[in-house]
Amino acid sequence: MNRRTAQVLATVAGAALLLPGCTGTGGSTKGADAKAPDDPSKVSGTITVLTVRTDLVQDGTMKKYAAEFNKTYPRVKVEFQALTNYEAEIKIRMNTDDYGDVLLIPAVIKKNDYPKFFASLGTRAERSKKYRFTDFTTVGGKVYGQSPVGVMPGFVYNKRVWKEAGITAWPASPAEFLADLKAIRAKTDAIPYYTNFAAQWPLTSWTYVDGAVHCDPRATTKLAEGDPWAAGSDLRVGDTLLYDIVKQGLAEKDPTTSNWEESKPRTAKGEIATQWLGTWAIIQFRDAAKKAGVNPDDIGFMPFPARTNGTFCATVGPDYNQAVNVHSAHKEAARAWIDWFTDESGYDKDNLAISPLRNAPMPDVLKPYEEAGVKLIELDDSAGAKVKLIDDRSEVGIYKPEYRQDLVDLARGARKGSLDDFLGGLGEKWTGTQKNVSH
Amino acid sequence: MAHAHSHTSAMDAGKASVAARTRAQAAARTGAGASNRASNRAVPPSAPRPARARRLLTPWLFLLAPLTLLVTFTYAPIANMVAYSFTDWDGVSPELHYTGAENYAELFTREDLFQVFWVSGYYLAASVIQIVAALYFATILSFSVRFRNFFKGVLFFPSLVNGVAIGFVFLYFFQDGGTFDTVLGLFGHHTDHAWLGTPVSANVSLAGVSIWRYLGMNFVLFLGAIQSVPGELYEAAELDGAGRWHQFRYIIAPGIRPVLTLTVILSVSGSLSAFEIPYIMTGGATGTETFVIQTVKLAFQFNKTGLASAAAVVLLLIILLVTWVQRRLVPDDRVDLV
Repeated sequence: MNRRTAQVLATVAGAALLLPGCTGTGGSTKGADAKAPDDPSKVSGTITVLTVRTDLVQDGTMKKYAAEFNKTYPRVKVEFQALTNYEAEIKIRMNTDDYGDVLLIPAVIKKNDYPKFFASLGTRAERSKKYRFTDFTTVGGKVYGQSPVGVMPGFVYNKRVWKEAGITAWPASPAEFLADLKAIRAKTDAIPYYTNFAAQWPLTSWTYVDGAVHCDPRATTKLAEGDPWAAGSDLRVGDTLLYDIVKQGLAEKDPTTSNWEESKPRTAKGEIATQWLGTWAIIQFRDAAKKAGVNPDDIGFMPFPARTNGTFCATVGPDYNQAVNVHSAHKEAARAWIDWFTDESGYDKDNLAISPLRNAPMPDVLKPYEEAGVKLIELDDSAGAKVKLIDDRSEVGIYKPEYRQDLVDLARGARKGSLDDFLGGLGEKWTGTQKNVSH
Repeated sequence: MAHAHSHTSAMDAGKASVAARTRAQAAARTGAGASNRASNRAVPPSAPRPARARRLLTPWLFLLAPLTLLVTFTYAPIANMVAYSFTDWDGVSPELHYTGAENYAELFTREDLFQVFWVSGYYLAASVIQIVAALYFATILSFSVRFRNFFKGVLFFPSLVNGVAIGFVFLYFFQDGGTFDTVLGLFGHHTDHAWLGTPVSANVSLAGVSIWRYLGMNFVLFLGAIQSVPGELYEAAELDGAGRWHQFRYIIAPGIRPVLTLTVILSVSGSLSAFEIPYIMTGGATGTETFVIQTVKLAFQFNKTGLASAAAVVLLLIILLVTWVQRRLVPDDRVDLV
């Protein structure tokens, strides 16, 4: 390399180094509001709605919703963009101003940054009268997102298989649950429990046992303030149950090559008895049952095997929250879509999901919950942002699949060590980071 | 095992250098080269100024497009990455703070971040097998063998398939009761082995897939190099009574040495930065996490873009270092076949 080329290269490198200066969005639009339109016939504009429901965009269901929406808002044109790998793709797009008009608030955005990316939907005081889950997106008293459905973690199970194994009542403790799985193994051909290890994210849902084990609405705050794996704590009880299931040979033989898509029809047909997922999965498993030509009503749902003061407990939380892009040129139209989609579209009923409206009744699939008197609680999310921060900083990853994969490996002997050391190590990492995270 | 995008250029470079060298040797032998070169340099001295300017400008105009692309899509992102490595950026927040060498300090003080390099050992071992096999097939198929074009196609085919698709295909292959078990069953060998079940078995399986995937590319590189050795050398050798082994030992091996060195360098850097196949197939679970998977997880799961950038920079430096050491140990001597 001669001196001239060296100079050219240095200039280019220098110029490129300046580029990161233009990262992210400007703060000028910070604090915008997306007000609900007064007159539906006057709102106009084309809005782009980002969604993770690739299936609904492909089969035209979303278009049907849009057509229905146009009956009230004739001058708004709605376009959909389905993102298959939502979190990764949206993260990159959010470095520009162009990330749709309506989008789902990604996990990567820190709560305090919401006003920089999203337009407010109103104050919490006003919105919480009508809607559930408002505190999950509240920053400084203002709400920035609204989930169109509520979700509840729990076991999806095949009722027929459980009945064939002679089980008539939901297990009420982890020990009973393990005994029931053993009965299934002994009396039926089904795999008692399926981890979905290879798909990774289904394992992550084990974090959502939090709150249900001790029926504590302040469970998230406990994560932020203490050791999540202290003796008797929610996560430890959940993780120990998963460990025991795998350790006692009640899970699939080779978790590393498990298959999520196949697991749906297999559960419907009774080849798999149980999976820890959430209410959102019920519709998918029932659809799989219809496709496989078996009875969709065999798909049942049960709470975590623990009772507090004699009753089962389940937590209800938001799914992805819809929000308005702070840079959107059609904030009124975008806001109109969110309101309509949440209140009137029937999206919650179509998905057999819990409605985000306070006054709405529970869906039929949760009738057994009402009959059994399961107590439903909403977790207080005021410490949610801190928990996420500790999680990332410590690289423990309670919302990431890796640590549960390690747990399963530990249980089936593909990784050396004891459960106590493993969970203790996680706790040490967590509490060590906790001290350095202030807000 | 090397990065796919470096292959084509490397192949051309390898071919070109061998070809150029043989041509130069041939020219030197006849003595025609010197006069040719002299006549080339005899530029008419009285060229008018605009013409001369244009002559100077023309190559740069041709270079403009590739250089723009190169700078935009390679050097600018790398410079960007280096810049991020000195910040605490999370990948999306509008705010980022300059943290000095903190990320690098963290990298070098955390032993756990470097343990993943042991996994590269599996891929390194696999690339030895891969190079030997590729060399073997390239040598055999460079002689006139029946169906040689068919076999060339068979060997090269995996390189044409998308790496992500290969990952998915082999997931089914290694499934409990999947293709591999079925094939073994046909030969009366019924294992009950979970191929991706333990760290050793999983890494060996993944490295095996990697051999299958990249063998064809190495094979083509070697084949190109072997075929650029002038045919008269083989004829002469045959007249002198040299067998296949001697032809390989004294003609092919020294003739393709530059390409061999290149392949080894690519394989080592490929082993250190193995990603696609383990990421798709296991996501780094069960002890199959490589340095690049770890970096991706840091950047996209834990949102430590700054630290991940630093890790990427360190990987780049390690690969440069390994290459440099390798070049010092095995200098790229000029080979004279005659």
